[in-house]
Amino acid sequence: MPNLTRAATIILGKELRTEFRTRELLSTTIVFVLMVVVLFSFTFDPSASESRRFGPGLLWIAFLFAGSLMLHPSFMREQANDTLAGLRLAPIEPFAILTGKILANFLFLLLAELLLLPVFAVLYDVRLTPVQGRLLPVMLVLILGTLGLTTVGTVFSAVASQARMRELLLPLLLLPVLTPVLIASAEATSGLLADPPELPRTWLAFLVAFDVVFLTATWLFGEYLLEE
Amino acid sequence: MKPNWMTTLIVAALIGIAGYAALFLAPTERTMGLIQRIFYFHVPSAWAGFVAFFITFIASVAYLLRRAPKWDWLAVSSAEVGVAFFTVVLVTGPIWAKPVWGIWWTWDARLTSTFVLWVLYLSYLLLRTLVADAERRAVVSAVFGIFAFLDVPLVYMSIRWWRTQHPQPVIAGGSGSGLDPQMWRVFLTCWAALLGVLIVMLRQRYQLESLRHTVEEMTVEAERRNADLERIPSTQAVR
Repeated sequence: MPNLTRAATIILGKELRTEFRTRELLSTTIVFVLMVVVLFSFTFDPSASESRRFGPGLLWIAFLFAGSLMLHPSFMREQANDTLAGLRLAPIEPFAILTGKILANFLFLLLAELLLLPVFAVLYDVRLTPVQGRLLPVMLVLILGTLGLTTVGTVFSAVASQARMRELLLPLLLLPVLTPVLIASAEATSGLLADPPELPRTWLAFLVAFDVVFLTATWLFGEYLLEE
Repeated sequence: MKPNWMTTLIVAALIGIAGYAALFLAPTERTMGLIQRIFYFHVPSAWAGFVAFFITFIASVAYLLRRAPKWDWLAVSSAEVGVAFFTVVLVTGPIWAKPVWGIWWTWDARLTSTFVLWVLYLSYLLLRTLVADAERRAVVSAVFGIFAFLDVPLVYMSIRWWRTQHPQPVIAGGSGSGLDPQMWRVFLTCWAALLGVLIVMLRQRYQLESLRHTVEEMTVEAERRNADLERIPSTQAVR
């Protein structure tokens, strides 16, 4: 176990360094989500109350699309110079590689979401802060939803990297599997942002269950994706 | 290919009996009338489809653990047959819904989750067409098959909490639910007939997949020999 943690941390560090030297992923993701949010207001021209009603769902759809684009390079980048072979040869468990990558993607997407949340709140007139105890549950929904998204997404990125038409394939595989995350996160978020807010215990428990199921599945079966 | 005439004939007879039973032997439902008879094929198709996807899941796990190609053949055959059954479900559903609900489709929990399930396995089949190497294809689609199946109860629960309009399950659906005994007998006959169809199609598709595998191996072997021939300089001279 300590070996696994250490190896995963090293992989995580590598991913973070790669990203912060280029900052490709974060910038493209943020601009992409902004575009979706703006396009939505063009096509539906919602009134203030409508946009508050549709907002959480729209936000999560944008995150989901952003995730399915952003997770794509996770394994693709390794293929350009065949660096995955190097990772595979390293004396570490394959699960550590996946864990490191899942954590890195999780941090990237969460960071993008945190930067976008205030912008979204301003554009769609949603109050996030002053009400007591609201921000913490919102953070919890973000964390749990994003973890589910990136766990499945990273595994499917490894799946898609071995196929033709990868760019199209990843969203195709990812979106139906992530339907439960989309529903649970959007429902939980709209519950929290409603007036008066309510704590969506069922949906939070559901997100925890989703994350546990797919982290376990990754732990059990993920390593098969990395073999040559 | 071994002909499965006996099984096929038995299943064809069963389907004939089931069709007759559903149309003539089952009593007419009090409020919905004749259109309710579609239920005898709609629900058993869904059940047969679930069985097929469960077989895909088991075969995918077995492939990852044992690495015998036959498990991969079983997984893809079963997924394809399951998609066929769920296509029947998605077609017969709206035919029933139009006269009873007045609309073809509604974003109700069951309908939505069935639709998501169908798309999920369509993408499984698509994924398989996009990986060239047979062994890699088997591995990646096995992992996806496992993830997809684990997702089924989650999709179902999340959409059910979200909303529901579909008739509550009449079978084991709590108080006030239940079928007339005669309806039960017809229902079970149809269920048996469709399980028979599942078995016949699965067997046929499995044999087809094993033949495809043989062809694929022969093609690879032929290409290898061809490449070897071109590499020998003397062939030029002989020609």
